[in-house]
Amino acid sequence: MATAVLTTLDPKSRAASRGMSDLAIRNLFIIPTIVFLIVFNIFPLLYSLGYSFTDFRASSNAPANFVGLQNYRDLLADPFIWNNFTITAKYVIVSVVGQVVVGFGVALLLNRDIPLKGLLTTLLLLPMMLSMAVVGLFWKLLYDPSFGIINYALGLGTFEWLSNPNMALYAVALTDIWMWSPFVMLLSLAGLSAVPKHLYEAAAIDRAGSFYTFFRITLPLVAPILMIAIIFRTMEAFKTFDLAYILTSQPTTEVISIRLYKMAFQEWQTGMSCALAYIVLIMVLAITNIYVKYLNKVKER
Amino acid sequence: MAAVRTNGERTVNRLAIVSVLIITMIFLAPIYWIASTAFKPRNLATTIPPTIVFTPEISPFVKLFTKRSQLRAPPSQEEYEAAPWWERLVFDGGEKVVRSGRGEVQLSGYPSRFMNSLIVAITSTVLAVGMGTFTAYGFSRFKVKGEDDLLFFILSTRMLPPVVVAIPMFLMYRAVGLNDTHLGLIILYTAFNLSFAVWLMKGFIDEIPKEYEEAALVDGYTRMQAFFKIVLPEAATGIAATAVFCFITAWNEYAFALIMTNRRAQTAPPFIPSQVGSGLPDWTVIASGTLLFLLPVAIFTFLLRNHLLRGMSFGAIRK
Repeated sequence: MATAVLTTLDPKSRAASRGMSDLAIRNLFIIPTIVFLIVFNIFPLLYSLGYSFTDFRASSNAPANFVGLQNYRDLLADPFIWNNFTITAKYVIVSVVGQVVVGFGVALLLNRDIPLKGLLTTLLLLPMMLSMAVVGLFWKLLYDPSFGIINYALGLGTFEWLSNPNMALYAVALTDIWMWSPFVMLLSLAGLSAVPKHLYEAAAIDRAGSFYTFFRITLPLVAPILMIAIIFRTMEAFKTFDLAYILTSQPTTEVISIRLYKMAFQEWQTGMSCALAYIVLIMVLAITNIYVKYLNKVKER
Repeated sequence: MAAVRTNGERTVNRLAIVSVLIITMIFLAPIYWIASTAFKPRNLATTIPPTIVFTPEISPFVKLFTKRSQLRAPPSQEEYEAAPWWERLVFDGGEKVVRSGRGEVQLSGYPSRFMNSLIVAITSTVLAVGMGTFTAYGFSRFKVKGEDDLLFFILSTRMLPPVVVAIPMFLMYRAVGLNDTHLGLIILYTAFNLSFAVWLMKGFIDEIPKEYEEAALVDGYTRMQAFFKIVLPEAATGIAATAVFCFITAWNEYAFALIMTNRRAQTAPPFIPSQVGSGLPDWTVIASGTLLFLLPVAIFTFLLRNHLLRGMSFGAIRK
């Protein structure tokens, strides 16, 4: 294709010297995006950084008073906020561990010659592409104690999933596991199929057991890619909002994003919520940083 | 894995295949349940035990699109017979279609929410992929001072929890009157997707050999011409894949839409759950709305199947 284009060109044309310089093109291509992101991402964050030092309430006309670090001090001393973080941590652990076990497990099963493997893989990946909010909503019906299909299929009678405060968080995590195990599976499959076959053949010649082969060959070689999946899912689970917000309104499922949402848009404690947003932001940036560092390390190999 | 040799391995293989089939069915069961509920008569949607076999009906879709009210008394014979087939389905369910004074059928909230979703998702995708492709080319082909830091900055804007960004955006939008407008959501989704588009497109453009453009430059193309006539056509697959990912992200987005819109510009994701308010929700209508909403994404997933790995990992893993 490229050669066809080239032959139509007059070799003596001086277009090259007439065009924009590379430097100008680079700036033209990059700067608008950077400006756009600064205006719509960084500027708002500076705006809320300012408000985080005030007692501003967006619902009232009272002017914002500067309170210094008071909001941050109050938040970090508030046992309820710590409870929200604890709930979030519990949610992250349950859902990420679940996703790794299910996702990696299914990838191991799929990593062989299976008829219609491509179709099966695509079907398995479907849940993660769908809208969390909309599909999550439907799990309300699936979890229903009396006419839900889950209790019926598992023969659990009228087991309470979402209305039981001790169970609700696990129910939300279970839905998350359903949605996002496919993600871990997808990445694990890529890792598994990249393991050189001759290693397995060598292990077979050495009469290595399947246990040994798995822990000494498969796992170490898939580990980097699995780690990417784990960090990525940890980050997403930490931010979780949609599923928990839609499925339940239990205090035991109030993850930090929901607390933040309520503080900002239901209680209208704007200044305080900006401060909490900053605490969350710093935590997310820390995880993102780890993620990017790790990614670059993996890429270098 | 190595070719199957022994009987034992063959058994393991068969067991694995059977388990994969069972797991696939379990994973698809919730989606099947949505699809089947969308065609159930209302009284079969919430039965004990759940109804699995039934005669499918189209009435949930009629109800999805029309505004209805409860019937106090059954319709008269003439009224029933004068009604078109779809209106009779609503009568059969003990409701009637609400008409305006001039007899026009009133629509439910769903079609306008669906249109809003389309407008916002398509516009923001075009903007994000357009800008993202240029920027990705800039990063891919030219030396940029502090490139790694800039790319990290671009990525981190996407990693923030939506609610964190939404608080100041809400206040700013309120000040300039952008709350509950298409433009407001389009800007937010463009910003959100732009970082993703840059990262993904950079990977695709990195893979196009530099020699193609260099040859064109030697032949007298300007850098611009080389970009438009050589790089863009070569990157077409990548652009299409990136666009589909951006579309799906914008289409599915919930938190921003919940906070920034309430009526005029509301998209489907916050609207659909709002139907489950008080009382007994009509799950057949919710299911039919959900099914129509999920359909484009399901189709795109099949079209994208070879790029899923790359897109979902931000271009980190290529195959």
